[in-house]
Amino acid sequence: MQRTAIAAPQWGRFVAHVGRWTLGAMRALGDIATWRSHLVPQMRRLGVDSIPIALFIAVFTGIVLALLSSYIFTGAIPLYFVGALVGKTIMMELGPVLTGMALAGRVGANIAAELGTMKVTEQVDALETLAYDPRSYLAVPRVLAATIMFPVVTAFAVAVGVVAGWITAVNLLDLSTQEFWKGLRQFYQFKDVWFGLLKSASFGAAIALMGCYKGLTALGGAQGVGAATTRAVVLGCESILVLDAFWALVLL
Amino acid sequence: MIELRSVHKAFGAREILRGLSLEVPEGQNTVIIGYSGTGKSVTLKCIIGLLQPDAGEVEVDGDIVGAMEPDELVALRGKIGYVFQSAALFDSMTVNENIALGLRRRAIAESDLRDRIEESLAVVALGDAGEKYPSELSGGMRKRVGVARAIALKPKYILYDEPTTGLDPVTSAVMDELMVRTRDLGVTGVIVTHDMRSAFTAGDRVAMLYEGQIRQVGPAAELRETDDPVVRQFIEGRPDAPLSLRRAER
Ligand SMILES: Nc1ncnc2c1ncn2[C@@H]1O[C@H](COP(=O)(O)OP(=O)(O)OP(=O)(O)O)[C@@H](O)[C@H]1O
Ligand SMILES: [Mg+2]
Repeated sequence: MQRTAIAAPQWGRFVAHVGRWTLGAMRALGDIATWRSHLVPQMRRLGVDSIPIALFIAVFTGIVLALLSSYIFTGAIPLYFVGALVGKTIMMELGPVLTGMALAGRVGANIAAELGTMKVTEQVDALETLAYDPRSYLAVPRVLAATIMFPVVTAFAVAVGVVAGWITAVNLLDLSTQEFWKGLRQFYQFKDVWFGLLKSASFGAAIALMGCYKGLTALGGAQGVGAATTRAVVLGCESILVLDAFWALVLL
Repeated sequence: MIELRSVHKAFGAREILRGLSLEVPEGQNTVIIGYSGTGKSVTLKCIIGLLQPDAGEVEVDGDIVGAMEPDELVALRGKIGYVFQSAALFDSMTVNENIALGLRRRAIAESDLRDRIEESLAVVALGDAGEKYPSELSGGMRKRVGVARAIALKPKYILYDEPTTGLDPVTSAVMDELMVRTRDLGVTGVIVTHDMRSAFTAGDRVAMLYEGQIRQVGPAAELRETDDPVVRQFIEGRPDAPLSLRRAER
């Protein structure tokens, strides 16, 4: 974080660079024939394969939230509010953000390392000589797949997190299933759901973009790929936090 | 025709090409020789637009490579095959898929695809390697797959970056023969090589790149008899002269 502050003047150039790059990616988006066949495999690799780690995180988040809220509420607020707190925070904040952070490591690093290796071994150049645009062949299917699949993975994580919170509440707290669902339903709004899913789609896009950008601009050899991968994960996490604040400011 | 006009290219403060001019006539194999690190690969990359010259122009069939729109660049690459020095095979794909990728982009019918792949693999004597992955091949085999990937496209031009490096003497003779046969089919070749036998077997014209410029260019027979001490010495591979010569020139 401190490094980001020091590097502030570089951010302008960086943003301009990313902007130009994104414009090129837009053009790449139009070349449907090139990326179409790669979309589903990428959705499986970046999305479906990420579900276990997302669910693992969700289970523990649900348990901790239930215990934490009962600890905070006891004696002050009716305990059925545990359901409301668990539901709302998981749907709107912890589900998308924690899943995003976990997948920034998994998906961002995966993309940056793969594309970075292709870059430094001239495979990206080889694609170009075969008249492919590496952005439409490599970047577009990954960014689209992450944008589509992050909300799906997050939805699973939210569901599992709430269930974990409910099981915890029923078994470890002095709370019945009826009370838990009462709290959950009383404050539920449809916006809670779409707000969380929209956020996670934007996280997916940002993480995959950072991974592609860092991978396709990797220089040197193994060390360059390593550096690109690290930067991709750090930038991915940073963009999650920035986007999280952005959506909260704009939509809440 | 491919024409380079006083091309300059630097990486940071290091000037690699310093006003390189070269014409590549159609229907012939033009060989580029030169010391390691003088910018032969860089020259080929400028021709196909992977690198942009800092100054000067690269012209292919009357179009300036540097000034191309994305779809013009696609058209340019449609007529040039490129054999990478490092082979640069896609390591997540089998040999067959490597070759098919370029063909698909050219909208070759799926029914012809198999024939084209088999044909080009047979030419480089790798008929049975189609289902293998690049990591399962030797360096020389990968090199030949790289060649097969380029010739399968039946392009107008092929740029070969050290096609015989890492091949045994017999296989490199086969490669020379292949480049001659490909030329006889009307393909214009630009061959970068360190292998003098290959240069004079496969090349119709030979150009020597030295200190960022073309030191001498001409018909192969003419270069073989050249009086230029730098070129002579490179062709004959004498170890003593280059250092003393370079020192004398500065
Ligand atoms: N992308 C790049 N970034 C920085 N420097 C580069 C780059 N590509 C090439 N160079 C430098 O340019 C010089 C020429 O490289 P090039 O690969 O063209 O040499 P070459 O003549 O093909 O040599 P060899 O016969 O060994 O293949 C080298 O010194 C290399 O360090
Ligand atoms: Mg080279």
